[in-house]
Amino acid sequence: MTTPILSLQGVNKSFGPIDVLHDINLEVRAGEVLCLLGDNGAGKSTLIKIMSGVHKPTNGTILMDGLPVAFDTPRDASDRGIATVHQFGGTFPLMSIGRSFFIGVEPTKGWGPFKVYDRKKANEIAVKAVRDFGITRIFDGDRLVGGLSGGERQSLAIARAVHFGARVLILDEPTAALGVKQATHVLRIVNEAKRRGLAVIFITHQVMHAMAVGDHFAVLIRGAVAADFRKGEKTREEITDLMAGGASMASLEAEIEGFVASHDRHLPQVAQR
Amino acid sequence: MTSKTARRPVAATPANGLSFGSLLRRPEAGAFLGLIAVLIFFAAFGGLTFLRPAGMSSWLNVAANLGIIAIPVGLLMIAGELDISVGAMVPFGAMTVAVISGHYGMSIWLGIAVTLAFGVTVGLINGIMVIRTAVPSLIVTLGSLFAVQGIVLGLTVLITKSTSVALAVDGPAKAIFGDFLFGGQLQVMVLWWLALSAAYVFFVHLSPKGNWIFAMGGDKVSARNAGIPTDRMTILLFVFSSTSAAFVGMCQAILYNSAQVAGGQSFIFNSIISVVVGGVLLTGGFGSVVGIFFGTITFAIVNQGIYYTDFDRNWSALIIGVLLLLAVLMNNTFRKMALSYSPKKK
Repeated sequence: MTTPILSLQGVNKSFGPIDVLHDINLEVRAGEVLCLLGDNGAGKSTLIKIMSGVHKPTNGTILMDGLPVAFDTPRDASDRGIATVHQFGGTFPLMSIGRSFFIGVEPTKGWGPFKVYDRKKANEIAVKAVRDFGITRIFDGDRLVGGLSGGERQSLAIARAVHFGARVLILDEPTAALGVKQATHVLRIVNEAKRRGLAVIFITHQVMHAMAVGDHFAVLIRGAVAADFRKGEKTREEITDLMAGGASMASLEAEIEGFVASHDRHLPQVAQR
Repeated sequence: MTSKTARRPVAATPANGLSFGSLLRRPEAGAFLGLIAVLIFFAAFGGLTFLRPAGMSSWLNVAANLGIIAIPVGLLMIAGELDISVGAMVPFGAMTVAVISGHYGMSIWLGIAVTLAFGVTVGLINGIMVIRTAVPSLIVTLGSLFAVQGIVLGLTVLITKSTSVALAVDGPAKAIFGDFLFGGQLQVMVLWWLALSAAYVFFVHLSPKGNWIFAMGGDKVSARNAGIPTDRMTILLFVFSSTSAAFVGMCQAILYNSAQVAGGQSFIFNSIISVVVGGVLLTGGFGSVVGIFFGTITFAIVNQGIYYTDFDRNWSALIIGVLLLLAVLMNNTFRKMALSYSPKKK
């Protein structure tokens, strides 16, 4: 089997006296989607921050291509090809598509002190990169990012990461704020990224979305990996169960289903005050 | 609605760069329309006197003094910061050059160098405090506003036993920094303002670094993660604003041959008004130098135009207040248009 692009070995993180992550072991290979599932407060964000260079692990090692690495800043991580896309795309609503695509690496023309930002080139490259991911509704690089839909913004951010040579794509709850159709859009783009041979780490608490794209799943509970399994090894109910930390969620779901079945397909009414 | 466009080849940017709609979506659209409205208003009520050379120099002088400060203040606002310490930097700049070159009688060039160095120093302090403490820049610069005021008053009285210091400058320094052009009423400051505005337009809208300022105001964390040296840029912008304010104070002292410890407070609000009328979003991420330029002229015309009408000039603050609110509403509308804009499918 190939060496994982990114792997964590025995990673611990504590903030002062509070232990946030215990003994995390994870790995992700090229062309593979690792879904990181977990409820709020399970330590997902801290784990992302460790992988993207915002925090350093208290102990444990991070390996890239089998060699230990240390990220001092987010820039270090991104220089090594780890790109993080946050829930809202981490883009700039009032900037044009072209300008926000090339933030920090603006293409220029001219010479010496008179180098100017090359708007045309930036727009062309940005629009092409997004369209290659199947977002055909974008064709004007001067449009403001804030005018795009949530899914389009995510796609723009992912296209940007891929364009700048990302090898590991960390997606932090990319579908959480999106409607069903938009979420499908993003999932399709995740698949496209995978097809291009990127290693994708997909963080979510929506089991359905995870199952649609994931090859490998890890469930995080109170800072520890509670389960680590491959596609097809567990059912949706079992995963939901694990995330909720026990049988409570499954029994609640069974209860609701029972209610719906016995009440002419109506959901239970919330008590009125 | 996507099915028809799916087969479309990748189109280059539409070439309708100069249509009326695309002009309205620019950040300076509101400022430009506001300027036209104000021009018509004062032309109707005050005749065209204020467009003749004497009248024009009155508001151009105001615009130049204000504009040199308003542009860097506006850039800070685009980057998501505020600097109100400029109100103290103007008298600080005036007093520094007056004490060194007037009271102590040293070379005017030394006075100029020290004044600008002090401007840079205060800017560095402001910037470093903002990035190190994470206290909102409004509070940090409110602190430095009072601190610098205290220093100016305390030191001036201690050194000169007076709150007003005379300064006599002639020769090239006078001609370059504080004289009237063509023996008329137009200050040389106007040329500085035009040149600096052009330099800022290049820096913000043409050079690649301008992009960083907008990114910082849009989302500072993402900007930093994208590799932009946000700390260095923040400090640089604070240095621009406080040095510009010290420069204006210095030029005024050279022009009027004296410096007072008071004054300069009006620059705080006037610069913010010019910037906001000019279409800069108060919370950052949107705006343009050209907009601030128009905003400054608009403010200056309202400020001075009232003298050419039959109105009692006590009403000018009312006009400015109403103008500010109208400008903000108009700018919000134009910004929404820019956001919701998507080119028609062809």
